Amino acid sequence: MRRVVITGAGTVNALGHDVPSTCEALREGRCGITELDFRDVERLAIRIGGQVRGWDPEAHFNRQQIALYDKFTQFTLLAARQAIGQSGLSFDGQLGVTSGVVLGTAAGGVNTWDENYRTVYEEGKNRVHPFVVPKLMNNAAASHVSMEWNLRGPSFTVATACASSNHAMGQAFWLVRAGVATVMVTGGSESMLCFGGVKAWEGLRVMSKDACRPFSANRNGMVQGEGAAVFVFEEYEHARRRGAEILAEVVGFAMTADAGDIVMPQAAGAERAITGALRDAGLNPEDVGYINAHGTGTAANDKTECAAVAHAFGHHADRLMISSTKSMHGHLIGGTGAVELIACIMALKDGVIAPTIGYEEPDPECALDVVPNVAREAKVGAVLSNAFAFGGLNAVIALKRV
Amino acid sequence: MAESVKDRVIRIIAEQAVLDVADVKMDSTLEALGIDSLGLVESIFAIEEAFDIQVPFNANNPKDSEFDISSVGAIVRAVEGLVAEQHA
Repeated sequence: MRRVVITGAGTVNALGHDVPSTCEALREGRCGITELDFRDVERLAIRIGGQVRGWDPEAHFNRQQIALYDKFTQFTLLAARQAIGQSGLSFDGQLGVTSGVVLGTAAGGVNTWDENYRTVYEEGKNRVHPFVVPKLMNNAAASHVSMEWNLRGPSFTVATACASSNHAMGQAFWLVRAGVATVMVTGGSESMLCFGGVKAWEGLRVMSKDACRPFSANRNGMVQGEGAAVFVFEEYEHARRRGAEILAEVVGFAMTADAGDIVMPQAAGAERAITGALRDAGLNPEDVGYINAHGTGTAANDKTECAAVAHAFGHHADRLMISSTKSMHGHLIGGTGAVELIACIMALKDGVIAPTIGYEEPDPECALDVVPNVAREAKVGAVLSNAFAFGGLNAVIALKRV
Repeated sequence: MAESVKDRVIRIIAEQAVLDVADVKMDSTLEALGIDSLGLVESIFAIEEAFDIQVPFNANNPKDSEFDISSVGAIVRAVEGLVAEQHA
């Protein structure tokens, strides 16, 4: 089987509009969660989120493009430009035929749904813009990336709620490893921070009104974020021959289903995904130095995740570090695993472990080293990134230092 | 005569639990009635709609919420309080 390496990374999220600024914020333990700012926010009970600040579509796209790109597509295209630019690849020749794009999103163009429902229901109009459907469809972002970069191989979108990005990156990894594709552009994006998007989440009553405090005994819920992260997954020999800079190697992936409850997570399903990723990677538990947790800051996720990690790693669970960067960038739902992979690459490449900020009180049910509040320097050889979705669909990805 | 707060709350809970109204007692717990966390959130939504009130409830930590859900009776009293307060 072929080896798979990451040769490019890009992102737009509440912490920054590129990878260097995002890593700087992660190192400093800076919080990107602020007061939400959009139409009708005063009618919401939840008014905080990891909103992308200073977003100026005109700086990146022309007027015709903006008419066609929902915000989740805009975020994706900018992140893809950064990632592919860093990789130095061009797909105009034969490489484009054997390369594709697979992206995750839970809900696609939510802003487009919201704005146009407002037009027909609230304003009572009977006509909408002709591009509503191509703008809101879940695969819009993947299709526009394929068109902008001439990627003509296997391309699709994965929607598994909060695990969408990890599932997408897992597919990209397996496609390259199996020899189906030479390069896969992969990651995910989400943009639900609008009145209808947040109102829907309010209904479930799992959102915090003040902060995301994963693993802390006084945690009181999740905080939503928005943005995208995109990576270039490339076959190792192809990258080596052209002398590309390798950010990390993707070594394992596993996915499982709890087959239990539509919202309550179960430790057994999470644990099987973790041990499955280790097995797929050929890693021993002791090889793993860091886990980027799903760590949503809800009562249910954090204790279930800690139980799964403790059980999967045995004694080594007390020696590894596990942090939730959602405390800083918020929960990007279908895009979250992609942004969190940046923290994993930073751990391997720069030897900096991003902290769990907002940590105030130890919780005996989350008794692991959660890297509270302050980043840590540590040399780690292998890392995992967890994603456990509503609907009990779990996806864990394993990376190694090259 | 209009239905009392108590009878209306019991009717909502009975419907959620798929039980007869007579089987929902004031000292019953939601757990004993077979209402899980999702059923609870749905019941609270139905209560908010029925009485046009806001119920202070966070599913992350039901026990620490200001809204007492320890029994059907506790819920009825809490809803009576909210109705009096928010419709004053």
